[in-house]
Amino acid sequence: MAKLTPKAQRGLGLLAMAAVLGLATVLTLTALEDNVVYFYGPGELAEKPLDGRRIRVGGLVVDGSVERNGDSARFSVTDGDATVAIFYTGILPDLFREGQGIIAEGRYDGTSFEADVILAKHDESYMPKEVADVLKEKGVWQDDAN
Amino acid sequence: MGMFDYLANPARFQRLALIISPIAWMVFAVSLAAGLYFAFFNSPADYQQGETVRIMYIHVPSAWMALMAYCGMAVMAVFYLVWKHPLADIAARAMALPGAGFALICLITGSLWGRPMWGTWWVWDARLTSMLILLFLYIGYMVLVDSFDRDDRGGKAGSVLLLIGAVNIPIIKFSVDWWNTLHQGASVFRSGGPLIDSTMLVPLFLMALAALAWFIGITIMRMRTQLGHRRLLAMRGRAHG
Repeated sequence: MAKLTPKAQRGLGLLAMAAVLGLATVLTLTALEDNVVYFYGPGELAEKPLDGRRIRVGGLVVDGSVERNGDSARFSVTDGDATVAIFYTGILPDLFREGQGIIAEGRYDGTSFEADVILAKHDESYMPKEVADVLKEKGVWQDDAN
Repeated sequence: MGMFDYLANPARFQRLALIISPIAWMVFAVSLAAGLYFAFFNSPADYQQGETVRIMYIHVPSAWMALMAYCGMAVMAVFYLVWKHPLADIAARAMALPGAGFALICLITGSLWGRPMWGTWWVWDARLTSMLILLFLYIGYMVLVDSFDRDDRGGKAGSVLLLIGAVNIPIIKFSVDWWNTLHQGASVFRSGGPLIDSTMLVPLFLMALAALAWFIGITIMRMRTQLGHRRLLAMRGRAHG
């Protein structure tokens, strides 16, 4: 076998380092999956232990589910598979509305979610109001707010 | 003998710099003027965000440039570690401060946008956290390369740090796809095409072009300064030695 030049040796060394580092990162992130995820869907909530820890649940606000009573609100959030009822007292963010993606932070008792923080999730669609109105008129509007 | 090698390529670089610099500054001036005009006066408000959408025209180009500058530095780190070319080290050092500036602008404008839109200045989701780590990588690199007596040792240590930190780049880009995050997914560089209306893409790309042209101009300027500085030190060393 031909002897490698110092340059090739350094290059191979770097490649080996990159491979090890990449693998280590993938393994670490996979192991940390639960901590990296910022919120769970309502479907995943059932699998989480109910040890009274604060957790976050995210999904779309179900159409027609919002009931306001003074400062407090009750609404359902869905990920398409499962739905969870959320109770919240406080000011809701501007983007909060039915069909909108939101994240609630609080405690889950197995049936309902008591939230003390509500964050609105913005989607990746950007358009002027006129375009949005035209899309809605034509009936091609897709509410993919997540 | 190494001295000739060292000066030969920088001389070539200097000639190239004299051609590229004025082009970069001209592109910067034109695209910035047009970009700011479109961003603030000639583009529509968003159907959800209203006027707040205009923050995007600064936030998104800064984010792109922060990532691109780091990628450029990582490539220079490979050149430096494998070919030991001093110019590669000088280029990486020159890109660090502008890159850090873009990362900082990205984080600040994102925070200003997040408060009215999300309802919070900051969350520790995967996208925001990995972007903050990028800013720390920039700062760590700048501190590290300057903490050695000899430039080549600093450059070597810095290059290793750059390559280790490079794992963060795909994490930033794909964090919004791999994990649930508060930050929305990609709107422009995504499979299926951009989800941004063309009236908003115009100011966005103009501002991105301005940011890129500024970055190229400033990087060349910083490299020439560093080259002159090193040549001065070398001349002084010979005079006294």
